[in-house]
Amino acid sequence: MLEADIKVTPQIVAEHGLAPDEYARIRQILGREPTFTELGIFTVMWSEHCSYKSSRVHLKRLPTRAPQVLQGPGENAGVVDVGDGIAAVFKMESHNHPSYVEPFQGAATGVGGILRDIFTMGARPIAVLDSLRFGSITPDPSLSPEVVARNRRLVDGVVRGIAFYGNCFGVPTAGGEVAFEPGYSGNPLVNVLALGIAPKDKLFFGRASGQGNPVLYVGAKTGRDGIHGASLLASAEFTEESKQKRPNVQVGDPFLEKLLLEACLEAMATGAIVGIQDMGAAGLTSSSCEMASRGGVGIDIDLALVPQRETGMTAYEMMLSESQERMLLVAERGREHEVLAVFRKWGLDAVEIGTVTSDKLLRVRHHGRIAAEIPADAIAEQGPVYQRPLARPAPPTAPEQLIKLLPESSDLTSNFRRLLAAPSIASKRWIFEQYDHMVRTNTLVVPGAGDAAVVRLKGTRRALALSADGNGRWCALDPRTGAMHAVAESARNVAAVGARPWAATNCLNFGNPEKPEVMWQFSEVIDGIAEACRALAIPITGGNVSFYNDTLGKSIDPTPVLGVLGLLEDASRVLRMAFRAEGDLILLLDGRAAAVEPAQASPSGALREFSSSEYARTIAGIVAGTPPAIDLAAEKRLIEALVALATEGLLASAHDISDGGLATALAESGFATDDLTADVVYESHDPAEIALFGERGARAVVSLQESSLARVHGVAAQWGLGARVIGRVTRGAFHFRYNGATVIRDSSASLRAIWAGAIETAVLGERAANQS
Amino acid sequence: MKCGVVVFPGSNCDDDAFYALGEVLRQPVEFVWHQSEDLSGFDAIVLPGGFSYGDYLRTGAIARFSPVMRAVERFARSGGLVLGICNGFQILCEAGLLPGALIRNRGLRFICRHVHIRVENAATPFTSCATPGQVLRVPIAHADGNYFCDDATLADLQRHDQIVFRYCAPDARIEPAANPNGSLDAIAGVCNRERNVLGLMPHPERAAESILGSTDGLVLLRSLVASLARPAAAVS
Repeated sequence: MLEADIKVTPQIVAEHGLAPDEYARIRQILGREPTFTELGIFTVMWSEHCSYKSSRVHLKRLPTRAPQVLQGPGENAGVVDVGDGIAAVFKMESHNHPSYVEPFQGAATGVGGILRDIFTMGARPIAVLDSLRFGSITPDPSLSPEVVARNRRLVDGVVRGIAFYGNCFGVPTAGGEVAFEPGYSGNPLVNVLALGIAPKDKLFFGRASGQGNPVLYVGAKTGRDGIHGASLLASAEFTEESKQKRPNVQVGDPFLEKLLLEACLEAMATGAIVGIQDMGAAGLTSSSCEMASRGGVGIDIDLALVPQRETGMTAYEMMLSESQERMLLVAERGREHEVLAVFRKWGLDAVEIGTVTSDKLLRVRHHGRIAAEIPADAIAEQGPVYQRPLARPAPPTAPEQLIKLLPESSDLTSNFRRLLAAPSIASKRWIFEQYDHMVRTNTLVVPGAGDAAVVRLKGTRRALALSADGNGRWCALDPRTGAMHAVAESARNVAAVGARPWAATNCLNFGNPEKPEVMWQFSEVIDGIAEACRALAIPITGGNVSFYNDTLGKSIDPTPVLGVLGLLEDASRVLRMAFRAEGDLILLLDGRAAAVEPAQASPSGALREFSSSEYARTIAGIVAGTPPAIDLAAEKRLIEALVALATEGLLASAHDISDGGLATALAESGFATDDLTADVVYESHDPAEIALFGERGARAVVSLQESSLARVHGVAAQWGLGARVIGRVTRGAFHFRYNGATVIRDSSASLRAIWAGAIETAVLGERAANQS
Repeated sequence: MKCGVVVFPGSNCDDDAFYALGEVLRQPVEFVWHQSEDLSGFDAIVLPGGFSYGDYLRTGAIARFSPVMRAVERFARSGGLVLGICNGFQILCEAGLLPGALIRNRGLRFICRHVHIRVENAATPFTSCATPGQVLRVPIAHADGNYFCDDATLADLQRHDQIVFRYCAPDARIEPAANPNGSLDAIAGVCNRERNVLGLMPHPERAAESILGSTDGLVLLRSLVASLARPAAAVS
């Protein structure tokens, strides 16, 4: 008999945010009116967050196949073969809205959720990276002081939350990126990328099978927390009332997650587990119907058996709870005691709550009644798919205001100092030192020491590199080009530590998809990612889409974040960004070879590109023009050459040129040492500011012993790469000569101090920063 | 000789200590489950870093009541070598096997970075391979590493040379800027009066291979191994 305590009325349907045609479809699938619990199940599973109903038609355009791909999109995480019988399991996810509502718990549970996605596949997490975007934390003419103060609190809360969860769990938070733009003030982005490893032949999947096999619930007890987290928080715009959604944010327990990790891996080793999936968004609902759907079977569960930490919970509440640190698994009938014994050893709840059936139905029993009975496939796979309207945003009506360059031969030192203090450029040390980035003793490149995080694979000669990169400002100006830059930069970062780009995941952060302009941005970004990934031969193995990043009607800049995984065959060849020895030569590598000088086709084009740079924003307060034109063939040449140079051990350091341009990259290679810096002699046809601070891609600065120069030139020539000596590693003053004239000269210690302390001072204030 | 690495459910540096002893130094080493009360066959016990039972309460406050700690106390009293790293140090203080306590860092935040520590006492089983005053570069990773004790205890520690490591500048000077967490007297590690129990906040097992940026932690681990090779010297 079907449960019928709460009658489903049109008003209740509307409150669940279901469109009329979606509700009609539910009735058609069931052949009757849904129960209240069934309505809840359909609502969460067909929410934007869980169903990808607006993005699905576009995501198909991404390249997902390559020989190394063992599992593409559609599972809990992507999997690639990295040699020596090892599979790398990795994925990125957003936790944007929860982190705004409750920064500490929102960020913490973001880490927890993605870690479960990794170990549910049988992989032990070995690294986490965070891609974080906040509103301005320094005085900003476009924001009120109260908003800036709130942004600082958000930074503090999010960083503490990530530290709280990752440090206790015992995974190194080995890298990532942090950027600041005023547009993220009401909607920060918290994207977490996790990487794990498993034996290639011992992967686990979220797939139920075997009629009569027991369905086990393991981990934390179910409470009322997080009900509708996915459908309410992640699938709707933000308003002033959003703070009232705080009860919808889950609470994390990293110690419990650590127990769950160890218990799951140990239980998997018994060989008695058939399939397993974590209870993330939409908790018990998504795990049960997705496992049934993938396996082509049914699942029959009795909620009375579910461990509960509150009394009197309804079927609706239990099915929709997003209590953290829970897993659903299917064991082999007759061997379930082996699995249960492992969970008992780790002190965790593990209960048989149902069985696998052959009728392909998700059947939920509660107090002797049937609360829901739905074809599993219909919920998981036959949700609505929308081809939403696209519309290119109207061009701005006011004439574009581009940056005005200083007179030639101006001293750029003071502007350089301001640029180094800009939070997006400044050292992120205050943030990453709050994370344990060394636990598990695999981290070869710690945060700030290189362009990508690098973790070795013990027992092999190999290491994996990982970088997470986005650029909302460029994507706002030109989503397709900006997205290509995101792919290229992430791949370049991985190559700059000596690793070959091997596969990528992504996290696509956008505004409300019901706005045609947002959908147009999304479609353009997908095309950009697809084109760049094809050109660089990097398959996409999965990812996450986060829509509805709007607050008070204003959408964020479209922000695709790319997470490129790289493979280093010989870990001892790893490259870092720090200069190594006084007297070493500094080379500028340019994928565009000799053709660039004299380069810019038109001075106005160069100015338009420069107007979108970090320099233009920081120094002139201008965000305009276009992203730099992208040359994917040049990016490919640079990547190949960097990998070859690293493999042959010819370089002392490597660092790609990105935010803040050539001058910033050179200074950073010095900041990463105790006391080395650069003495640069640079000739260019570009105006000085563009030459020093322009952000054109496909470039890197490397340093080397003079004796290696001929061989480095040989490799560069082989790959068709421009390589010219632009200076030497020195001590004392950072000195930059442009076309014969000194344009920057300053004590490197003084520059470093500005760069090193800017974020801590902004977040904590001058006095507190000095005391900590 | 054989080392045991204790595994509390929330230990997360247990694998790292095991790897440094077993793979880097090629010594016999085994894990010891927190429910075990039997340490027979072991010559040294390592309490590794991590969050023993979550440490939502005071760090180590629950761990000291675990079955394995009863065994560790007996083991220590009978002269066995016990090394507590980070959370292990916190547990040893909670258990009363070492004096003092570790409170919240001065800046109230978790700190993970390489620091320099100076060997103040090279006449312990854990520092016998070091020279007095030697500076080691090793990482810390903790939120509660601020060593504290009362004046009488501090005087006692000083009188009996129980302060084994102090935070210092790279050139060995002890100065406030080199003290990362506000520890009293810049204390990074102490031993008991008998010298067979040592606790320290820095992680020697994270500084055991050049590819990780430092091998200075090996001095400590090698001393431990050398002491076990000369059992009589372990308790003097």
